[in-house]
Amino acid sequence: MPLILTEEQEMLRDSARGFLDEKAPVSALRKLRDTNDPDGFDRALWKEMAEMGWAGILVEEEFGGADFGFVGAGVLAEEMGRTLAASPFQSTSILAATALKKIASDAHKQEYLPKIAAGEALFALAVDEGAKHGPAKTAMKAEKHGNGFKLSGDKTFVADGHVADRIIVAARTAGEPGETEGLTLFLVDAKAKGLSAERTLMVDSRNAARLAFDGVEATGDDVIGEVDGGYMALEGVLSAGRAGLAAEMSGAAQAAFKMTTDYLKERKQFGKVIGSFQALQHRAAHLYSELELVKSVVLKALQDLDENYGMAGVTCTLAKAKAGEVAKLASQEAVQMHGGIGMTDEFDIGFYMKRIRVAQEMFGDTAFHADRLAQLRGY
Amino acid sequence: MSDLEAFRKETRAWLEENCPKEMRDGGAGEENICWGGRRWTFQSEAQKVWLERMAAKGWTVPAWPKEYGGGGLSKEEVKILKAEMRAMKARSPLESFGIWMLGPALLKYGTHEQKLHFLPPIARGEIRWCQGYSEPGAGSDLASLQCKCEDKGDSWLINGQKIWTSYADESDWIFVLVRTDPKATKHNGISFILVDMDQAGVTTKPIKLISGKSPFCETFFDDATAPKEHAPGVSAIVGEMNRGWDVAKYLLTHEREMISGGGGGLFGGRGLGEVAAQHVGLENGRLADPMLRAKIAKAEIDGWAFLLTLERMKDEAKAGAGVGANSSMLKYYGTEFNKRRFELMMDAGGSDELEWEGERTKDGKLAKAWLRTKANSIEGGTSEVQLNIISKRILELPDA
Repeated sequence: MPLILTEEQEMLRDSARGFLDEKAPVSALRKLRDTNDPDGFDRALWKEMAEMGWAGILVEEEFGGADFGFVGAGVLAEEMGRTLAASPFQSTSILAATALKKIASDAHKQEYLPKIAAGEALFALAVDEGAKHGPAKTAMKAEKHGNGFKLSGDKTFVADGHVADRIIVAARTAGEPGETEGLTLFLVDAKAKGLSAERTLMVDSRNAARLAFDGVEATGDDVIGEVDGGYMALEGVLSAGRAGLAAEMSGAAQAAFKMTTDYLKERKQFGKVIGSFQALQHRAAHLYSELELVKSVVLKALQDLDENYGMAGVTCTLAKAKAGEVAKLASQEAVQMHGGIGMTDEFDIGFYMKRIRVAQEMFGDTAFHADRLAQLRGY
Repeated sequence: MSDLEAFRKETRAWLEENCPKEMRDGGAGEENICWGGRRWTFQSEAQKVWLERMAAKGWTVPAWPKEYGGGGLSKEEVKILKAEMRAMKARSPLESFGIWMLGPALLKYGTHEQKLHFLPPIARGEIRWCQGYSEPGAGSDLASLQCKCEDKGDSWLINGQKIWTSYADESDWIFVLVRTDPKATKHNGISFILVDMDQAGVTTKPIKLISGKSPFCETFFDDATAPKEHAPGVSAIVGEMNRGWDVAKYLLTHEREMISGGGGGLFGGRGLGEVAAQHVGLENGRLADPMLRAKIAKAEIDGWAFLLTLERMKDEAKAGAGVGANSSMLKYYGTEFNKRRFELMMDAGGSDELEWEGERTKDGKLAKAWLRTKANSIEGGTSEVQLNIISKRILELPDA
């Protein structure tokens, strides 16, 4: 398969760009922040996105989705990254839709996928418990209780955790923290007894929460996939999430870079536009090169998810590692080259730096994925 | 059976029958390359036979038109031929600057007569060419070159010096950038001329490099001459008089794409992790040197991302977008990455790889290759020149 977008995917990108520029520019995120919006996103806008087929971009047509595949989802994530559009897209339309599609029972699919496609149900994926990502580190317990389970423990850095209707959560039914065996995925109601959510206000003004599970009851039907054998299934879902975040960071980094080169052509010092100085030109040209590499790995990861889901883990790790590193560089160079104005809250560039910092941390930073790649390559 | 499948079958059968056993060793290593030329000594009878058979088929330059000594194959057929050769580990029968550089330039800018005259001997490996571009005073600023070329009626008179001419001491002919109009602005007075080196006015002197090898020469032109026409209707100048910079630019872009690796060298052979494991060992499945491990993992990420970018650019070019100034990006990133890869191999090898002579390291094979990579980001336009081109042509940043 050629490493380029199809005509259909290009059309999706162009229409998404037009829509987001109009409906979800950076000023929309600024407004959500400044008004302390309790949801952290615009529900009416999400409804509009759902009507365009975005919420169900991965959902099969029989469940009312657009079934556009991971490349299509990545195209949308990248465009949302450009304008820093706040929406439940990553949590609900990529992570939850992938989990339901790939590992859930037919009953779960029939119940939830149509709701996702219609924009009627919000989901969150709860994995991490500590400051750094590590699914195998899961300590949260799911103890046998009658025919079902009782979940106890705390989750952190859960995107959309306080607005989700349902939570997909990784818990330990066997084994010890650090082991990949013994993990199980559960789908629980956000209003379940014993489950509480605390919204955490993050540097990027986007949604995140800490969740506390205090003996939350789950039945056997609430299990997604296999009991004790949830690790590989979770890795698959995380791969999709990593590729989605990498695509978003690629978009954000490209937008920050465009703002920066525009500024280099307009800002004058010493009687010249500063973009004529070679010290800045070479840094910009280097960054351009790195961004081209990011575009390639992101597209490859998305294509792999579409073509060979089970084997896409490596390229998704590659994409997350590279996109995280380069997006950070792009945001740092953007602030430095903008100079003083880049430090002001009034100017938008800071929003990019903040979002990229959070996105590169979620589901593993560059060091995590470099280590993972080394393990996969046998060193 | 489709035409291509039939072609594959025939090709396989022909190679099976015609490729000598000795030429089926993969041919790794510079010492096994067949360069051809008037003064070429074949390594073996098999090398000679292999070249002759492939040349007769036009397969030393499979994509060139048949009338110019090529195979007249389509892109798909060339791909199949290469794949079949790889599958049987067949060596390339012939490599040369004539094939890589002059051929493409003549095919694009040459007249029919020039192509008929010069291309077939290149395809047969009879004439070995070298490239006369850089001068002591014209490196990154190549267009400031001064090598003088004067009109003497029936011939051209050439005086000046070239440097970094690869294998000039073993070559027969040279394609040279010369100044034919000293009064014009620097880009507009340059011509691209073809000169026979078999004359007293052309001398060469190898330059010994830090790797201990001498792949480059200085080439001196002291009242050297070239006839206006090498044969009736075959002009010594390629393209228009004083428009040689167009040809040079085309070839530089072409050269950059080649130097950026085509992906070949980057993961050639074993992975960095495997090489390092051999020297520093593994502990619990991880390299025993954690800092080195981190650097290698980061480098593999970048190398892989770069290979995918080459792939994407190729696919975009096929879809009609063209690579354009992105060849500078590929050249910049590919060569800088290659230097980094060899630095890491030297880090991994430690004192084992610091031997310059001796059996253990095959006379410092890695160390010499490591030193060779330092030229990657200088030849074909330095990294800094590539960054200038990206700034100007892609980012459209203003001149200083």
